[in-house]
Amino acid sequence: MTRISSGKTLALRIAGRAASAVVVLWGAVTVAFVAQLLLPGDRATVILNIRAGQPQERTPDELAPIIAQFGLDRPEIVQYLDYLRGIVTGDLGTSYQQFRPVSAIIGEQLGATVILSLTAITIAWLLMVAWVTLTAGRGPRVGAAASAVDVTAAGLPAYWLGIILLLVFALGLHWFPVIGGTGLSGLVLPAFTLAIPLAGFLSQATRTEFERSLQQPFVLTARLRGMGDTGVRLRHVLRHAILPAVTLTGWALGATLSGAVVVESIFSRPGIGSVLVGAVNSHDLPVVVGIVTLVAAFYVIANLLVDVGYTIVDPRLALV
Amino acid sequence: MTAVRESDVPTTAGRPPRRRPPVDLVASLVLLGVFALAASVPQVLATHDAFAVDYHAALQATSLSHWFGTDESGRDLYSRVVFGSRESLLIGLGAAGVGIVAAIVLGALAALGPKPVAVVIDRFVEVLFAFPALLMALLLISVAGPSALTQILAVGAGTAPGYARMVRGQILSAKRSGYVQAAVALGHSPARIVRAHILPNALRPLVAIFALSVGQSIVWASSLSFLGLGVAPPSPEWGALLDAGRAYIVQAGWLVVIPGLVIVALALAATTVGRHLQTGLEKGEK
Repeated sequence: MTRISSGKTLALRIAGRAASAVVVLWGAVTVAFVAQLLLPGDRATVILNIRAGQPQERTPDELAPIIAQFGLDRPEIVQYLDYLRGIVTGDLGTSYQQFRPVSAIIGEQLGATVILSLTAITIAWLLMVAWVTLTAGRGPRVGAAASAVDVTAAGLPAYWLGIILLLVFALGLHWFPVIGGTGLSGLVLPAFTLAIPLAGFLSQATRTEFERSLQQPFVLTARLRGMGDTGVRLRHVLRHAILPAVTLTGWALGATLSGAVVVESIFSRPGIGSVLVGAVNSHDLPVVVGIVTLVAAFYVIANLLVDVGYTIVDPRLALV
Repeated sequence: MTAVRESDVPTTAGRPPRRRPPVDLVASLVLLGVFALAASVPQVLATHDAFAVDYHAALQATSLSHWFGTDESGRDLYSRVVFGSRESLLIGLGAAGVGIVAAIVLGALAALGPKPVAVVIDRFVEVLFAFPALLMALLLISVAGPSALTQILAVGAGTAPGYARMVRGQILSAKRSGYVQAAVALGHSPARIVRAHILPNALRPLVAIFALSVGQSIVWASSLSFLGLGVAPPSPEWGALLDAGRAYIVQAGWLVVIPGLVIVALALAATTVGRHLQTGLEKGEK
C-alpha cells in the first residue's frame, strides 16, 4: 500500500516540476519575442538595412517582399501565436542578415559548443573531486588556504583566464594551437578556461558538506574496519558530499553555454557563442533570440532532470 | 577520526576572539581606496597623458618610465588604466545599483504584494532567472545597441533576477519571525509593520550583497566591452583596453594581462569586503 502511494506522489511531483518547467519555457519564449518588437524603427526597413549593412530610406516596392516574407502586416498577436507554433515545431524564424532559417544556423554550430560545454563540466568535476578530497578536513590552516583558492578560482573572469592560458600554454610552451585548432588539442585550453572557475564554485559547495560528512559515525566505522584515509574519503565521504554540487550542475550547463560566448571569441572557435556575438553586433534579433531561448531551454531542462534525478536517488524527498 | 583533527578543534574554539581586523579585509579596503582615488583625481596618480600618441614609443614592455608598458600608439598603459577607472567603476556601481533596485522592487512585490500580483511576479522572476546573466545582457544590447548606458542597464537586468529571489526569501523569513508576529498581535497596521520591521531587517543583508554585486558587475561589464559590445576603444575603460589589446597579444601580452589583472584585483577586493560584511552582519544578528 505505502509503496503504491509513494509511487504516486513521486509521479505527481515529477509532473508538477515538468509543468512548471513548461511555464518557465513559455515565459522565456515570450520575453524573447517581445524583445524583437522593441527594435526601434519600422521593422521591414530595419531588416533591409541590417541585410545591407547601412541605414537608408526604403521605397514601398523594396519593403513589400520583406513584409510578405516575415508576415509583418499581420497584428502582433497573430505573429506571436505563429512564433509559438514555430517554436513547437522547431522553427525559430528567419535570420535578418543571412535570410536563412535560424534553426539551420544554430544547428551547424551547436555541436561544437555543446562538446565544449560538456567537456568543461567534466573537467570541472574531476578538478573539484581531486582538490576537495585532497584539502578538505586537513585542519584550519589548509582549509582557509584551500577555500581562498576556491573563491579566487570562482571569481576569475573567463576572458582573462583564457588569455593567460593562451599566453602560457599556446604562445609560450607551444603545447596547444593558438587559434582554432580542430580536434582534441584545440579543445583543451577553451575547456579548461570554462572549467577552472566552475571547479571553484563546485568546490565551495562541496567543501562544507565534505567536512561535515567527515565527522559522521560511518567514517569512524569505516576507519575501524581498517580502511585507509583516502579510501574513506573517496568511497564514503565523497558520496555524501557531492549532492550540492549535483544540484549546481544544472546551473553549470547554462553558465558554460553562456561562458562559451567569451571563450569562443578568445580562441576563435566556431560555435553558437561566436554566432551570437556577430548577431548582437548586427541586430540580427531572430538569431539572438533563438540562441538565448535555446540556452534558457537547456537550463530549464537540465534543472528539471537534476530535480527528478534527486527525487529518485534520495527517497526522503518524495515524502516531502 | 584522526588524532590531529581532534587536537585542532579545541585550539580554534579556545582562542580568544581576534581584535585585529583580518589582513585580507584591510588589503581589500586599501585597494578599493586607491581605485576610488584614481577614479576621482586621475591626474594625481597618472604619470603620463593617457591620450597622448607617440608612435616612437609604441608597444614598449614594462619599464621604469612606462610602468605597465605602452600600447600600439605609444600611449602609457598605466596612465590609461588610471584614467579608465572612473568609467569602469561608474559602470560597475551603476549596474550593481540598477540590479539591486530592480531586485528590491521585484522581490518585495513577490513577497508582500496581493496574492495574484505576488504569484505573477514570482513566476516572472523565475522566467528571467532561466536566462544566464550574460545572455540577458546580450539580448538587451542587440535591441538597444552598444553604449555605456546600455551596458549598465544590461548588466543590471542580467543580475537582478538572482538577487530578486534572495530579497523575496529575506522578506518572507522576516514576515514569519517572532517580532513581526508580536507587532501583529499588538495591532500595528500592516503598512507600519512592513516599514518598521520587515523592510529594515530584510534589506540589511543587501549591503553585503551590493558589495558582492559590484565586483561581479565590473567583471560582466568588462566582458561585454571585451566582446566589442560595450564601451568601445579608444576609451580607456578597462574592458575596452582589453578589447584593443587583443590584436597585439602575440607581440605585447601585457596589453591584455595587466588590465585584466586590474579587473580581477578590483573584483576580488569588492568580493572580500562583501564576504566580511556578510559574516559581520550574521554575527551581529546572533
